Amino acid sequence: MRMNGAQAVLESLKKEGVDIVFGYPGGVVLKLYDEVYKMNFPHILTGHEQGAVHAADGYARASGKVGVVFATSGPGAANLITGIATANMDSVPLVCITGQVANPAIGKDSFQEVDVCGITTPITKHNYLVKDVRELPRVIKEAFFIARTGRPGPVSVDVAADVFNTEFDYEYPETVKLRGYTGDYTGDAAEIDAAVAAMEEAKKPLVFFGGGVTSSGTSEELRAIVERLGVPSTSTIMGLGCMASGAKGYLGFAGMHGSYGANMAIQSCDLLLCIGMRFSDRVTGRVAEFAPRARIVHFELDPAEVNKNVHADYRVLGDLRWSLPLFKEKLLASHTDFAAKHEEWLRHTLQVAEEHPFSYQEDGESIKPGALIRKISALMDEDTIAVTDVGQHQMWAAQFYEARKPRQFLTSGGLGTMGYGLPAAMGAKLACPDKKVVLFTGDGSIMMNCQEFATIADHDVDVKTVILENHLLGMVGQWQRLFYHHHYSASELKGKRDFVKLAEAMGLKGYRLTKQEELETVLPKILAEPGPAVIDCIVPQEENVLPMVPGGKRLDQMVLGGE
Amino acid sequence: MKKYLLAVLVDNKPGVLTHVSGLISRRAFNIESISAGYTEEPSVTRINIVVSVESENELDQVVNQLSKLIDVIKIVNLSKAPSIERELVMIKVRATKKDRADLVNIVDIFRANIVDITPENVVIELTGQQSKIDAICEVLSEYEIVEIARTGAIALSRGPIPVKRM
Ligand SMILES: Cc1ncc(C[n+]2csc(CCOP(=O)(O)OP(=O)(O)O)c2C)c(N)n1
Repeated sequence: MRMNGAQAVLESLKKEGVDIVFGYPGGVVLKLYDEVYKMNFPHILTGHEQGAVHAADGYARASGKVGVVFATSGPGAANLITGIATANMDSVPLVCITGQVANPAIGKDSFQEVDVCGITTPITKHNYLVKDVRELPRVIKEAFFIARTGRPGPVSVDVAADVFNTEFDYEYPETVKLRGYTGDYTGDAAEIDAAVAAMEEAKKPLVFFGGGVTSSGTSEELRAIVERLGVPSTSTIMGLGCMASGAKGYLGFAGMHGSYGANMAIQSCDLLLCIGMRFSDRVTGRVAEFAPRARIVHFELDPAEVNKNVHADYRVLGDLRWSLPLFKEKLLASHTDFAAKHEEWLRHTLQVAEEHPFSYQEDGESIKPGALIRKISALMDEDTIAVTDVGQHQMWAAQFYEARKPRQFLTSGGLGTMGYGLPAAMGAKLACPDKKVVLFTGDGSIMMNCQEFATIADHDVDVKTVILENHLLGMVGQWQRLFYHHHYSASELKGKRDFVKLAEAMGLKGYRLTKQEELETVLPKILAEPGPAVIDCIVPQEENVLPMVPGGKRLDQMVLGGE
Repeated sequence: MKKYLLAVLVDNKPGVLTHVSGLISRRAFNIESISAGYTEEPSVTRINIVVSVESENELDQVVNQLSKLIDVIKIVNLSKAPSIERELVMIKVRATKKDRADLVNIVDIFRANIVDITPENVVIELTGQQSKIDAICEVLSEYEIVEIARTGAIALSRGPIPVKRM
């Protein structure tokens, strides 16, 4: 079919099943946007390109589909960078289509020229510069394939402006042919046999799962394996929701602000069955003394993650969609009575965990962050998607919000990007209109992309934004209290922000809660009302997120609190 | 530190060298040399990388990370297979008439070539293993070396099987 490059982009997106694009126009993408107009292609104009890319990320994490972003050249593309890096760290599938200056202008420091491939190389799974319209269909086909298969990730497609205008005979390829990438990660069944044998020998095994279970959609297998083994389990923050919190033997997440029970179990287990995780420094503590008594079995898709930070005694390389069902079958076929073998160990870990559950102390007056989040968790149904920003509130949300299913706790784990939350929550709601979406954010983080309140209002996207206002960049303040003599250097937010007025100015309803009793009297009503709302909750400034493994310490050297 | 020579076959596409070099610098891998050129297949470029690593584990990291690049088709560690390794060097040495006879001797011993002579300089060319090239550089350091250009090592497997089918 005869068409121009701009039409070809949109046709290709349709073929990929894209039902929404987040973006922001500009000079070199005017042609593309003209076709968006003519085709009436579903598009959300955000307030900032960073908002667009985080929104696409939230859309992708909530739905499992590829998030799509449009931006113009130069400043538009540059504004995507933080969002692309965020998605890359957490293995989120995105396709970012940017306009580049026209072919003859490339390399001349032309107006709004920036080397998008150069900048995005370290933060994408792959990237392209399209200079010839005839390559466009193949490149878009490949971009979606690469973004969604294997270990998912962001792909950048930079398109020279004249390509959008050029007519050609369009044909969308049926298949992808890449010599260096198949997207198929079927592994070696012998490695699974070795893992089963190790499991049969182990006396005190612990299952430790991460975001790989979320992105591969294998939480059912995971749950069945844990049940068959009758072992305790823990997760990274990226794995939250893959086990229902409250599931038998689930100790909560591990790591720097993880649960006492999980961290102690890691340090005392004799076998750590790691599934779809990458041993980030946030979960290992001092890595040389991580799980010192354990043999490590690592189920992982990405060979580069095995032995990168922690040595694996056994590895099972391959897609979890391949390995976990097979592992489960072999465990079911085993003659070992796993449950009996692990009963005492399970009982022990649960008993240790009970000594120091996540806790907070109420004073009868102020709203304690833990109480607020626990209350909201109780008020929301099991399909609700919780989204967070970055800081103390993020950790409290991880501790006190009960994520019940995968893809329902969205947070910037690897990059820790403040400003992620609001646009991501908007993207999640647009991906899953039937699910409730609640955002936990801080008075620092929310300022970083608060322009998206206007976008949320424009499109009436029902996101409930809960701001934990502590008049502080709380997580920075916590470290300053603990390690820098309480010097609040550049961390106090004593200005006269009024988030209720901000909400109203942006076209949203705003509420302010200041007293503990309002969690019972007012909060449920606000949450039950349809439509977006901003709930500014004043919380005490000096609250610490505990437990905490200080930098460079072992997981069992936690600073505890609450007693 | 141990050195290994990796033959990396990549798609001959724009951006591929950025992807490879970007990865090396981002992951802070130690690279002794890197060279690239066309192959028997027009669509394939061969990149020869000499890495220097502390352990097998680090070597695996280099290979695994490089393998993840979409445009990398194949990586073979030729230091672990029967292979022939060569590097080319050109050395410009200050040489007056009285030094020349000595230099010709050295060139003969190393089976090198003199490829250019002017009244003040000679340019010596030598192809060989890195150790041999290091050796001639050392011997010539008694003279005044004006400049050196080295290509970095390249290698081929011995026997009939090419890297792409290993
Ligand atoms: C973009 C960005 N800049 C800086 C930081 C460093 N940082 C981590 S947490 C934090 C404070 C967050 O404050 P706030 O959003 O108010 O949340 P709180 O910790 O008070 O809950 C800062 C500045 C970051 N993670 N991201």
